[in-house]
Amino acid sequence: MNAVLQAEGLMLQLGGQRALDGVSVAFRAGEWVAVVGPNGAGKSTLLSLLAGLRAADAGRVQLQGRALADWPARERARQLAWLSQQGEADGDIAARDVVRLGRLPRHGLFGAPDAADEAAVERAMVETECLAFAGRRLSQLSGGERQRVLLARALAVEAPVLLLDEPTTHLDAPHQRALLRGLAARARDGAAVVAVLHDLTLALTANRLLVMSRGRIQADGPPDDARLRAALVQVFDGAFSVERVVVDGRGRWVAVPTL
Amino acid sequence: MNDSTRALAAVAATLLLAAAALAVFGLAAGSEGLSFAWGRDWDLVAAIRAPRTVGALFTGALLGLAGAIAQGLFRNPLADPYLLGSAAGAGLGVVLVLAAGGLFGRLIGLANADLLLRFGLVGAAFAGALAGVTLTLLLARGTAQPMVLLLSGVVVGILLSAVSETVMLIAPEALRGKQIFLLGSTAFLGWNSVAVLAGALLVTLPLSLRFARALDALVLGEASARSLGLELPRVRLLLVVLMALATGTAVAQAGLVAFVGLVAPHIVRRLVVVTHGPLLALSALAGAVLLLASDVAARSVIAPQELPVGVLTAVFGGLYLMVLLRRRGRW
Repeated sequence: MNAVLQAEGLMLQLGGQRALDGVSVAFRAGEWVAVVGPNGAGKSTLLSLLAGLRAADAGRVQLQGRALADWPARERARQLAWLSQQGEADGDIAARDVVRLGRLPRHGLFGAPDAADEAAVERAMVETECLAFAGRRLSQLSGGERQRVLLARALAVEAPVLLLDEPTTHLDAPHQRALLRGLAARARDGAAVVAVLHDLTLALTANRLLVMSRGRIQADGPPDDARLRAALVQVFDGAFSVERVVVDGRGRWVAVPTL
Repeated sequence: MNDSTRALAAVAATLLLAAAALAVFGLAAGSEGLSFAWGRDWDLVAAIRAPRTVGALFTGALLGLAGAIAQGLFRNPLADPYLLGSAAGAGLGVVLVLAAGGLFGRLIGLANADLLLRFGLVGAAFAGALAGVTLTLLLARGTAQPMVLLLSGVVVGILLSAVSETVMLIAPEALRGKQIFLLGSTAFLGWNSVAVLAGALLVTLPLSLRFARALDALVLGEASARSLGLELPRVRLLLVVLMALATGTAVAQAGLVAFVGLVAPHIVRRLVVVTHGPLLALSALAGAVLLLASDVAARSVIAPQELPVGVLTAVFGGLYLMVLLRRRGRW
């Protein structure tokens, strides 16, 4: 199957450092991909390049076979939903109005949202359990509540490609589980879901892992691939081991810290 | 009607009522205290108090709007045309035109000079406001750091004010009697000023409302706003121009009236949870109420003399900012 989103030979210097050093990767519809790696590996940088928010020094990104830069901004925004790392968003508008911004690519700056837009906003807020504080100001929400609102904003785009930078930040275990189930379900429905994750046990539930360090992809494959797991342990300096556990009769991989 | 629309309507109605009530006092406040004998004083009311009252409302509205745009655009609740260098830039533009007008006024006849001066003032104040905010943005290297942005605005404000002072020293006779104007005063507002102010409001308010959703998107941060398909550089430029036009027009007609732009959006945000569309409109309304209230007070407290309204707004606005800074305790 053809890739919906494809990067070739991405290079980027940031502040004298090589942030990305020749990254090539392709994502297909229906894939659920976790991007992992130590701090400064280039994960967020890769995501922002894939989202077209930053230009590479060399290399190219193609969305549905067409160079990302050639897409009109709004059309591209309908195809790619991007969630930034938390910290930037702040303001006094209500949570529901923040989620509504996810529909901006559909109706544009001057168009009016219709019933379909409101339905998408409602779905996203139900999924992330935001309805209880829909009317409260973003600035007055707790870290976890805020993260769920921002997630709902990204989900409300209902884009075929989701690029999420640390979506589980500040979320408690039940909301992490709900999020991962939701992302896996979206992938099954045909979306390409790419998420940077710090929790390796959560990351190991994805269908495919990109292991990054020093601006390169060191390994790329399913968690069942022994070489991928070895690379994972290696880039994190052996800070954990990956073990097989059986839960409800199903084998799963978990990361266990080596103390 | 749901709860938030009801709250919105209540705030709008309250502000409108306050504006109407204050307008009654504005029409009554004269050099001999309050007088409601409008029939007897008709000439005075029509020629002086009415344009001054309406002009104060429009000036306040422009400043409130400019403040709300600035706070959304720079993602900084402390942004204000005054604190971003744009008001000082507008002031410099005004001083330069007044100085030049003093020199050329006698050559082309006083009536022509007045009209030319009025348009010249708005144009120069607009250009000065744009230049001021551009300098601030250059100095702060963008809007990423609120504290740096604010400090840069203060530095630019001080520099441009110093240039204004120098021009006033060089051409003292052209600017005699204008000091009060530069402190911020509604005493010079006639029907011509009202027409200019109304024109600016008719342009800036609907246009900025049309782009209000871009300010909502900026709540998410610049990168996220771009990821939603916003052409941010263009939208930002337009909003900066609108802010400069509102500030420049207000400064050209009423001098440097401080802090209305800072306080008006704050009051609105305290009262209701709103997106930027209603916020812009209500901030304009709150700015109108604030300035007219200050003006009525400035004309009454030491009657028959009057305080320049800019002095009063500076005192109250400064106090408000102090409270704000204490309560926030973080940047």
